[in-house]
Amino acid sequence: MSEPAAGNILELTDLTKRFGGLVAVDNVSLNIKRGEVFALIGPNGAGKTTLFNNVTGLFKPTSGRVLFDGRDITGFKPHQVARRGIARTFQNIRLFDYMSCLDNVRVGRHVRMKAKVWDSLFKLPRERKEEERVTEEAMELLRFVGIAKHANQYARNLAYGQQRRLEIARALATDPKLLLLDEPAAGFTPQEKVELMQLVKKILGRGITVFLIEHDMKVVMGISERIVVLDHGEKIAEGPPDEVRKDVRVIEAYLGKSA
Amino acid sequence: MSQAATAGRRGSPRRFNLRERIRDRDTAVYGVLIIVAILFPMVTIYATDGTALVSHATRAGYFVLLAIGLNVVVGFAGLLDLGYAAFFAIGAYSYALLASPQLESSPAHHAVHITFWILMFVSLLAAAAAGAVLGFPTLRLRGDYLAIVTLGFGEIVPQLFYNFDQWTGGINAVGLIDQPRLPVWVQGPWSGDGPFTFVRDFSFNGDPVAYYVLIVILIAVAVILVNNLYRSRLGRAWMAIREDEVAAAAMGINTVTTKLLAFGIGASFSGFAGAYYGASVSLVSPDSFLFIVSITVLVMVVLGGMGNITGVIIGALVMYTVIFYLIPGLPENAVSLANNVGLGGIVPASGDWPGLAEETQRLNFIIYGIILVGMMLLRPQGILPSRVREQELKHAAVQEEETVVEQAHAS
Repeated sequence: MSEPAAGNILELTDLTKRFGGLVAVDNVSLNIKRGEVFALIGPNGAGKTTLFNNVTGLFKPTSGRVLFDGRDITGFKPHQVARRGIARTFQNIRLFDYMSCLDNVRVGRHVRMKAKVWDSLFKLPRERKEEERVTEEAMELLRFVGIAKHANQYARNLAYGQQRRLEIARALATDPKLLLLDEPAAGFTPQEKVELMQLVKKILGRGITVFLIEHDMKVVMGISERIVVLDHGEKIAEGPPDEVRKDVRVIEAYLGKSA
Repeated sequence: MSQAATAGRRGSPRRFNLRERIRDRDTAVYGVLIIVAILFPMVTIYATDGTALVSHATRAGYFVLLAIGLNVVVGFAGLLDLGYAAFFAIGAYSYALLASPQLESSPAHHAVHITFWILMFVSLLAAAAAGAVLGFPTLRLRGDYLAIVTLGFGEIVPQLFYNFDQWTGGINAVGLIDQPRLPVWVQGPWSGDGPFTFVRDFSFNGDPVAYYVLIVILIAVAVILVNNLYRSRLGRAWMAIREDEVAAAAMGINTVTTKLLAFGIGASFSGFAGAYYGASVSLVSPDSFLFIVSITVLVMVVLGGMGNITGVIIGALVMYTVIFYLIPGLPENAVSLANNVGLGGIVPASGDWPGLAEETQRLNFIIYGIILVGMMLLRPQGILPSRVREQELKHAAVQEEETVVEQAHAS
């Protein structure tokens, strides 16, 4: 494997996504360093989630390149992207509602499992062993995000905040190198936001790079080392939180141009 | 962190035991089914002095097999398949053509007689292959669109067997289909033949008890295999796709191959059932695989409890009893009921009144419809939904995990 340039885990080069006449992501380039928390902010409709979708293979970029861990993954299918080591959560939580929390996380483990149809059909010993191991690992992840006691409940029966946590656990189960969180603190109480920031730090401690979209400035400023600001699909600012906050274009994007 | 891990490891064996115990509802259902399956031929033959009820059971049996297979597609993977009978037809014709004089009068001019025990698997493979062939171009479609395509497939396949009459005999059907044979068979009181006797070179030739034993074994094998799949990597992937395809793909599931596997594996059970059907009826005609068969099996799956294997088996048995036993027997029963309660006057036909038996006969489908609507209103989730087990799981297991977590935090 070629050494990724300057320790970047994700490099986007001139990424553009058009929907007909609408340019949702406009020539965005950015680099995310291994082991950092990188935030993507911007007003509603700025193209943040579209950018995520282009990285994770839900959309195919119109032009530009996505380089992950030194390899070109532009235009990969979602499951191929996940296999490479990018996991994500969704802005509007997308859990497997009628499956238990444990099963939700075990689905996340799918991509790291080896059992073939025959192994499962006849419950061969190696399949049993793998199932046991995966169940243990899934329980460990549920404990990690703090919802182990709900392991056997349907995902849909969890409280909102717990569902967000479950989604993170499910994403972590794929053994990602890069975790994409799409507005993880949306709808959270201040207390929950603090807990979320602690959780993100714990995730970082596992050697996982975090790339998040977030509206809440306290959260963004509290945990991210660098920020990129999108407006109308364009990158308008990049840098450490303190600098970005003072940037004139950013203030204009959020508050409108002063006369 | 490591504290929590060790506490968890101590906790988990207990949790598994608990799950095992709570799974008892299924164990109980299976237990009852096995006991009933074993006693059924003896009791009914003794009680009715004939094998008519056993013949009914063998027919109910292949519907159970079909329902188990369709449940993989509809219940597990959430793909609405309205043409499931097509795979059943492919299985049946695979057996019929390769185990009858039919091909002698075809352009091949050579009859083939391969043993049932091999053709059973040939039928399975043929149906599974057909499932994959249908699946490959269509599985990109979603929901309603997929249902329409499967509906079309279900209409086309019987037409093909009808139109390729050089090979299949078309409307004349394939007859004189070989019967399965076994080197040794045991007959006993259950088959009305007195004490135990060993029969050498046994032919199933229309023996309902032998067919009954065969289908019970096939169902048992199918249940074990499908249960294994249900609790596996693949089973969870199917359910994930059913719940949210986008999220499933983002978790690394290749949705196309996973759905193909659902179609192929689901179809393979109907291939099994098809071979069995061809042998037991000894006559395979395109008319046996019409839309109504697909719908009947779908009704069995939905009414039984989509996604739950025991529920689907019960659903198939209940619906079979309603459709093929209760409703056809209705006119006769209505007449005897009327006679017994002193309403004998309405029995014979007079003027515009066609007679009670005839009138009940005409109402058959209305009664069937009312039964369906009634059952769906009363239990929209099916007779034995898979949900119940999960809800049961919740209570006890959660408390136990709670204490484990608390211990972990305390230390």
